[in-house]
Amino acid sequence: MGRTYPPTGAYVVGREKVREFATAIGDANPAYHDLAAARSLGYSDVVAPPTFAFVIAYAGSSQAAMDPELGLDYSRVVHGEQRFSYSRPIVAGDALVATATIEAIRAVAGNDILTTRVDLTTEAGEHVVTTTTVIVARGTAEESA
Amino acid sequence: MSDVLVGTTLPPQTFRVTRFDLVRYAGASGDFNLIHWNERFARAVGLPDVIAHGMFTMAEAARVVTDWLGDPGRLEEYAVRFTRPVPVADDDAGSVIEVSGEVTELLEGGRAKVMLTATYEGQKVLGNAWAIVRLP
Repeated sequence: MGRTYPPTGAYVVGREKVREFATAIGDANPAYHDLAAARSLGYSDVVAPPTFAFVIAYAGSSQAAMDPELGLDYSRVVHGEQRFSYSRPIVAGDALVATATIEAIRAVAGNDILTTRVDLTTEAGEHVVTTTTVIVARGTAEESA
Repeated sequence: MSDVLVGTTLPPQTFRVTRFDLVRYAGASGDFNLIHWNERFARAVGLPDVIAHGMFTMAEAARVVTDWLGDPGRLEEYAVRFTRPVPVADDDAGSVIEVSGEVTELLEGGRAKVMLTATYEGQKVLGNAWAIVRLP
């Protein structure tokens, strides 16, 4: 527990990627699409929707979930819980480094429940957002064997 | 929003999700898990149909909060539990997710806690869904 994985290379947030993601969730909020609207709110570029942080964190948490030493059967994994804690919103132009940490792993009723935290920071070390992901691997705990 | 009180409700919204939305979300998010677009695979692993990405549902539910706030950067924390999948049939009607929200606590620093309810066919698809926001 408490295992922390090496930080990823920086993910550079593109303006068109932000717009693509906002369009994919059907969200027309001008802050996500329109540079002038985002700047009028005080941001340097278009703002990413809140759950976009998961897209960046996904690789980091997968790295943890796929750790062979954890012995999870990834074909039976479901997303159980998700939490975001923001210091500020992600904006286009950010270069974010993801650091994944295993917070907890426990066996409940034959399922393995894994809690992974991913901290997204700028390359200079400024905290932007922390994502906490709980995944449930059904029927994989040893006690169920 | 100095008039926000405990019990203040956020404008509710409904979100329609079709297979097209799931394919587009898969591409934009990078989550190509087969259960979200391959019906044959979804049924083979015991699901009733293709199901929406939990993160898609979480993104839609957030809109009730961010549309209310205007500035999405006023969202400080956001958490949900995924309690029930949203099946999405291969038709034009899609599946409709209904989301409502209510202020349940006023916090120091002009902040508030909002509890969200998201349902599909009358059953909750998110559990313990809440947000902490900085009020405008």
